[in-house]
This record gives sequence, C-alpha cells and structure tokens, in this order.
Amino acid sequence: MKRCDRSVDVGRRQFFSGGATAAAAAVATGMGSSTAQATPSLARVTYPSQRIGSIKDLKVDQPVDINYPDSDSPGVLLKLGRRVEGGIGPDGDIVAFSTLCPHKGFPLTYLAADKTLNCSGHYSRFDCEKGGQEIFGHATQNLPQFKLQVDSSGNITAIAVDELIYGRLSNVLPA
Amino acid sequence: MTYKRNIDRLPIPPKGANVRNVVCHYCIVGCGYHAISWDVNTQGGPKPDQNFFGEDLSKQQGAESHAWFSPSMYNIVKQDGRDVHLVLMPDSKCEVNSGLGSIRGARQGELSYSEVTGTQSQRLTDPMVYRYGGMYPTSWDDALWLVAEITRRVVQEQGEDGLMVSAFDHGGAGGGYENTWATGKLYFDSMKVKNIRIHNRPAYNSEVHATRDMGVGELNNCYEDAELADTIVAVGTNALETQTNYFLNHWIPNLRGTSMDKKQQQLANEPHAPARVIIVDPRRTVTVNACEIEAGKDKVLHLAINSGTDLALFNALTTEIAAKGWTDKAFMQAHTTGFDEMLAANKTSVDQAAQLTGLSPDQIRKAAAWIAEPKEGKRRRTMFCYEKGLIWGNDNYRTNGALVNMALATGNVGQPGGGCVRMGGHQEGYERPSDAHVGKPAAYVDRLLIEGKGGIHHIWACDHFKTTLNALEFKKAYKRRTDLVKYAMEGVPYGDREALVNAVMDAIRKGGLFSVDVDIVPTKIGECSHVVLPAATSGEMNLTSMNGERRMRLTERYMDPPGNARADCLIVAGLAQALERSWRAAGKNDVADKFKGYDWKTEEAAFMDGYNKHADGGKFVTYERLRAMGTNGFQEPAVDFKDGKIIGTKRLYTDGTFKEGKAKFMATQWRGLQAAGKQAEKDKFPFLINNGRANHVWQSVYLDQNNDFVMDRFPLPYIQVNPDDMKDLRINAGDLVEVYNDNGSTQAMAYPTPTAKRKQTFMLFAYPTGPQGNVVSKGVNEFIIPNYKQTWGNIRKIADAPEVTRKLTFKDQEYHTG
Repeated sequence: MKRCDRSVDVGRRQFFSGGATAAAAAVATGMGSSTAQATPSLARVTYPSQRIGSIKDLKVDQPVDINYPDSDSPGVLLKLGRRVEGGIGPDGDIVAFSTLCPHKGFPLTYLAADKTLNCSGHYSRFDCEKGGQEIFGHATQNLPQFKLQVDSSGNITAIAVDELIYGRLSNVLPA
Repeated sequence: MTYKRNIDRLPIPPKGANVRNVVCHYCIVGCGYHAISWDVNTQGGPKPDQNFFGEDLSKQQGAESHAWFSPSMYNIVKQDGRDVHLVLMPDSKCEVNSGLGSIRGARQGELSYSEVTGTQSQRLTDPMVYRYGGMYPTSWDDALWLVAEITRRVVQEQGEDGLMVSAFDHGGAGGGYENTWATGKLYFDSMKVKNIRIHNRPAYNSEVHATRDMGVGELNNCYEDAELADTIVAVGTNALETQTNYFLNHWIPNLRGTSMDKKQQQLANEPHAPARVIIVDPRRTVTVNACEIEAGKDKVLHLAINSGTDLALFNALTTEIAAKGWTDKAFMQAHTTGFDEMLAANKTSVDQAAQLTGLSPDQIRKAAAWIAEPKEGKRRRTMFCYEKGLIWGNDNYRTNGALVNMALATGNVGQPGGGCVRMGGHQEGYERPSDAHVGKPAAYVDRLLIEGKGGIHHIWACDHFKTTLNALEFKKAYKRRTDLVKYAMEGVPYGDREALVNAVMDAIRKGGLFSVDVDIVPTKIGECSHVVLPAATSGEMNLTSMNGERRMRLTERYMDPPGNARADCLIVAGLAQALERSWRAAGKNDVADKFKGYDWKTEEAAFMDGYNKHADGGKFVTYERLRAMGTNGFQEPAVDFKDGKIIGTKRLYTDGTFKEGKAKFMATQWRGLQAAGKQAEKDKFPFLINNGRANHVWQSVYLDQNNDFVMDRFPLPYIQVNPDDMKDLRINAGDLVEVYNDNGSTQAMAYPTPTAKRKQTFMLFAYPTGPQGNVVSKGVNEFIIPNYKQTWGNIRKIADAPEVTRKLTFKDQEYHTG
C-alpha cells in the first residue's frame, strides 16, 4: 500500500520525468514550427489569476456558477460547510471544480444532499469533499479542481487547474 | 489527496497522422477505437488545417466532441523502433459504441508500455528462468529449450496426462483467434492433452453447456435487438458496469424511447412503446438505478431473489406463461421438440416459486406478463440475457437451460428484438482443433494439481491465485510443489544442463511441479514459476476477435511489444519447434514429427493456418479484408465476400433452423443449492459473500494493478455492507475487514451500502490485494463449473481505515437527480 500513499507524486513524476513534458511543452510554443523543440518553455501552461467570488457571498451548499480559466470553461464555487483537504477560507471548506464532465463533456449538477457533482449524461458522480474523486462513472480522470487563493478581504481567486478540462487540449486556450 | 495527473495540455495530432483500427482490449463489448500516431518530434496546431481533426482547437469543444482526448488516452510508445505519440480514442463511427469510451477502454493509451513516460513498467520484457535463487533474464532459445526438455521428459515418464495446462480460450488481450488456434494446435493436435483448464474455471468446459446442448448457440442476437425489444430480461448481469457501452448505446435508447423510430421503421404493423426491463439479481446494482432513471420505476421490475433461486423463478415463469396461453405455438411446432415433457417435468407454481425466491406472487405474475403477454394481438418481443450471476451461480446447467426454455417457448430466438444470449466477459476468439478427447465432464485440473498429479504446468495468461475457487488451498499446494523444484534447481549449477534437468525431474518424481508462466505482466501464480515467458498484447500484435454480437474485427498492430516479448502464437511456434528437437534428440522421430507445421513467422500466418482454413466462413476472411472493414467489421459467420466486403450474419437462427435442426427443450427441475457443501455453508455462516466486478476495473486488473488512477480509488477490494450490519460489526467506512469461512480467508475494505440487504454483502472479485476466491468452496456442478456466487462467510474487523482508504469517497454509487 506504500505505493498508493505516494500515488499523486508518483503519477506527476512519471509524466514530468519523461519526454511527454518536452512534447507537451512544445505545443505551447510556435504551433507546427520546426524550431519548437529548441525553444525553452515552462513545463506547465501559465494560468490566469482570476477573481471568482468573495467569501462573504458564499452560503453552505449554495453553488455559485463561475468560469475559469476563461468564459468558455464553466465551473462551480462551493462552500461545503465541512473542512476538506484542499479547501480554503476560514473554515477550510471552499472549493471549486470544472462542471464539464470529463467523460463526454455534459454539464454536472450539484446535489447538496451528499455534496456531489452529477452527470445526467451517463450517471457519473464526483465527490466535492474528496477533491472531485469519481465515486462512480466513466471519466478516466477525477474531476478537475480549480486551485484557489483567498486574500485578507475575502476575495477568492482561482490560480490553476489540476487535470485537463474536457473539450480542450490545453487548459489555457492558445490565443 | 485524490489522485490527479496535473497534466494541463497534450500534444495536438497533426494533419495526416497515421490511423489504425483498434478494438478495445478488455471486455466482450469490443468498442471501436482508433490508434492515432505521429512522430515524436512533430505536432499539429490549433487551426483546422493544422490538426488531424480538422477542427479549431483554439476554441472549447462541445460535448461528445470527436476532437478531444483525455490524458489517459495518450502516451509515447515505440513503433517499429521509433518513438511516436499515440492517442487511442473511441471511434464515433463504430456502431458498437458510437464514440463512447468506458473508464477502462479510454485508458488504453495510459495502460500501454512506454519507456518514455514510464507507464506499465511492470511489463515482462525478457524470458526469465529460475537460477541462483531468483528469476533472471535469459534468451528465448535457452528458456524454450528448458521448457521443452522438461515437458518431453515428463510426458515420457507420465504420459501426456502429466502435462497440466491452463490456457485462455477467449478473444481480446490474452487471447484472439491467432493465439487460441496456436495453443489449440499444440495441445489438441500435436498432443492430446486432457488435463487442461480455462482462465477462470478449473476445467476445460463451456460455461453455457445447457444452451449448446439444446442446439442454441449462446451469442445469437445483435446489439440492435436491445433497441428493438419490448421487454429486456436481464439475469445476473450488471450491464452498466460490465458491458458499459452496450448498455449506454443500445439499451438506454430503448428505455428512453429514442429508438421508437427504429422500431416503427424495422417492425411496422405492430404497436411499439419504450422498453420495459426485468432485472433478476439479489443485489440492487447501478444498472437497476440507471434503468429506473431512464425508463421510470413503473417500467423496471427488479426481482431481488434469494441468492441462487433463479431456476425456481424461471420454471414458474414458463409454467405461468404456458398456463396463460402466451407461448408461441407455431414457432414451437415448427422448430422445437420436447415442450410438453419439459413443461410436465418443470411444473412450478407461482406460489412455490414465491416461497423459494422471496418474491411476491404478484411480482412473478407481472414478470410473466411483461415477458409474454401479447401486445394487441401481436407477439411480445423479449430479449433474454444473462451473465455470471447465472453462469457462476447455483446449478449452472439447469438454470441456463430453464432460461432458454422460456425464450424458446415464447418464440424469442432468431427474431428482431429477441435472442437468448450471454452477455459475455472477454471478447471471443476461439478456433481450435477438436477438444473431444478432453471428455465431459472434463478433468477438475485444480483438484489434480492440489492432489499432486502432473509434473509440469504450462500457464497461458491465467492467474489461479486470483481467479479460481478454493484459491487458498490451491495456492498452498502449488507453492509447496513448485518450491520442491526450486530447492532442487538451487542444488546444481544452472549451466550444467544435464544436471539441471536431472535435478528437476528428480524433484518432480518426489511430488514437485515445474511451472511455466506465459504472460504480459508478473502474476501471483507466476511467483511460483521456474520459467516466465513474456507475451505481446493486443495492438503490439495484429489480433482478431469477435464481440458479444459476433462482430469480428482486426486490431492492427500500432506499437512494438516491450523488449523481447512475442505474440503468444509465435511463442507456441518456438515451443513446438523446441519440442520437436527434444523428441528427435531422444530418438523418438515419430513423436517429433507431430510437432511440424509451426513455421509461422507472423501472427497473420497463424491466422491463415487456423481461422481462415478452419472457421465456419473463415475462407472469406483475411487480414486485408478485415482491415478494410474497419472497426465495424462483420458479424460471424461470414457467408460471402462481395463488392469488396465480407458479408456476415446479423442474427443466428432467423429461419428457425438450429444446430441439429430443431431446438430441444430441457427438463430442469429445481433441486436446491446443487454444489456439495453449499447448503451447509449457508446454514453455518451469517453473511452472503456475493461477488462480481466493478466499473473502474473489469477485464483490466492485470494492467490496473500498475495504474495510479485505479489503485488510488480501490487500493483494496471493496465489500459492500448494509450500514446496520456495519454497526453490529463495529466497522466504519474504509475499515479493513477479514472475510472468512471454512474454505479460507481474505481481506477487503468496508463500503457502506444502504441498498444492500441485511446480511447480504457484495465483494469485488479477483482483486490482487484480496482474492475473493479464497473463501469460495471447491464445490462445482456436474460439468465442473464453479459456484462463486453462493458463498457464505463471516466478517470481522482487522484494522481502522488506513491512510490509503481513509482518503477515499464511500458515497453512494447510484446517480440521483436530487
């Protein structure tokens, strides 16, 4: 079981240790350019920092529709009412997720009764209290979660995403 | 924290990237995929004229996009020695899945071997032999010499019964027509091996003997029939999880009513309505829930019978249908025999069945009406399907027969919207020389191995330690016997060939067993082996198989096998040639000559030697023709090749002609829990340890055991337990529990399940970190079919939830609308 304790890190290392990084990085630099490989590039895309809400406006189990990293990528900002790993704010219970099902891109809806996001397309379910872990379903990834920061005034800012969002081969679309 | 890949972009396939046809490796459904590959140093761009999809990828793609793939579909692999980007994505034009990818199939990319990204580093790359106290790499020549030499000597001393074989007999990965033919030729033609068993059961037998004995092949309809049926009867099958895209793409439209146009078009002159569904399963599954969501609860009849009482239910339904006059008399008259005798023998009243099954008489009467009551004077179209709940359930043979009785009595075989079919596990891909010498009942090979019989064991893609019954006893005996040989091998220098072989043979004479494991990954049973041979899997070789509607396709080789791994059929060829040399060197030219005919250089040569020459309609089928048929292929048997296309067969028995002319009804009386010892086990232990598969991992565990996404979700097999039972047992979600009875013990993590009935648990089957087979008794049916489902045991806590389970979600798996 030791391996599983480290699975996040292992997965990350496996990907970034190999040529996939070089290939992925190349995509962000001059599309189709024959010199792309030689251009230095960041290992990850550069995410915008974007204000998506304020702590004072959030109520437990009342989801707020948001968009991140751009207006074509819908998501949800949630105050869960229970401290969760990765949650922010004074109660450690504020999280945000993409609401495009990573299976086929259907919209997810929040079920307050058990704090899950659910897909009417093919019945996939994701647990908002466990980092978007897929409870049941067909997506081959857990739900992309938006990384959040909060400032002293209670402004909530989204700063990154931890999985590929459905329908885009780069979380930040090329200009 | 929950596993995340932290991948936020992927390479774009360029315009003109290479495309090959692929059928998913894993389950019976055989979803169509495309392998898109391009040189590692090139890439496409976001503009439509820059990428493979012809889409503007600088924009968000919509739902069900053909131009998006997930990180799990992507990898960098070797193709003819060069690194290429590989995307394995569902084919939207495949009629089977229409672009849907399951949680398993859509991870084929990530589950490919890659030296670049490090995925599937567990794959075997070289032949390994036991020397100096461990397994070390060697050459093919050396390994095959050793296997052939020990095999030959054992056969010389013990006869061919001394050679025990465990071998796949299916399609998809770890099988396929090329590889079943090769192994079949070796063991049934060059030799007449009798002590052979199949990957998931302890003997060489059909899981569906009864339907075959009645003249009705078990895959007789097409997936479209699920779109056309008035009623679907699903027995012991949890299709949403284990035939996912068959269910989503062909059942759901009928339950939602979106296949009404197709019904009216294809079946004019009769009334139509969205389908009703009857599900026979002691457990409420996510399939039941999905059917209720789509069809409405009033169109779903979940018959949650007492475990193992299906037979009584089916006999009562057939009795009731006959009493109501709802049978298809014209069909029976023309195409069947033995109805009256069957009916008299199986007569079971609704009340009797209600008492045995725990259902209400009304539920049974309602089921009979849904199955057979005419719709405005027209025959109701009912599709019957079944899988492991029946196959690995109580009294397999009779229960299978009883269901086919009902299908025949209602005229539902060979008709659109009908069929009486198994749902299937793996794809199929069986073409072998006659196995008649094996006999019926076939040898109970696991028992023979436990009892010390045989001297050498050839294993082809099987792992008994995970997937057999009475697994703990088997494992103990197997380890003891193979250790005897290991000790003997440690006593001599490996390089002294004669001394080595003599030492092995001496250990075998003392009860030892020499074990040879052919697989693509290290297995549990392989830990006991003395020789391990690395095989290639689907896509690393060209491979043909057929799915649950007999749809045959060619998966084209799209990447190289790891290291020195080879296609199974070519391993067979090498072994056969080594055996020929060994017998000749021993002065037995007559025996050596039996091992001629293996000069295949490619898997295509094995295909042409086997399927093309021997299969029904095989002469119409070649690789070139299959390639042109793409991911839709054709449905077996082929009947012609015309206008550049292989012409297949959509449904079997459409003219009412069965295998021996007429189909035969079968007497299938109820006789309680049939397998020896099951009733006593039920009386002694409080919990039903029902068992089966799960959506995340199904026909894919051999790779998933090395996959972070799956092992993060299920580090241990779950056992679903009613929350009140959990209170009584003082266990919480994620706690480690021991499941035990007189057969053995195993472990699982507790998953609170409100829909589970009291004292009725369900445990994930065949999981590497807790084999459920450890607690399954050795009791089998008259044809050596195991009875995994009816297992009773006790449960006790081992430990509080450890970190690996503490972080998991244990919420209800059923989708709700709120």
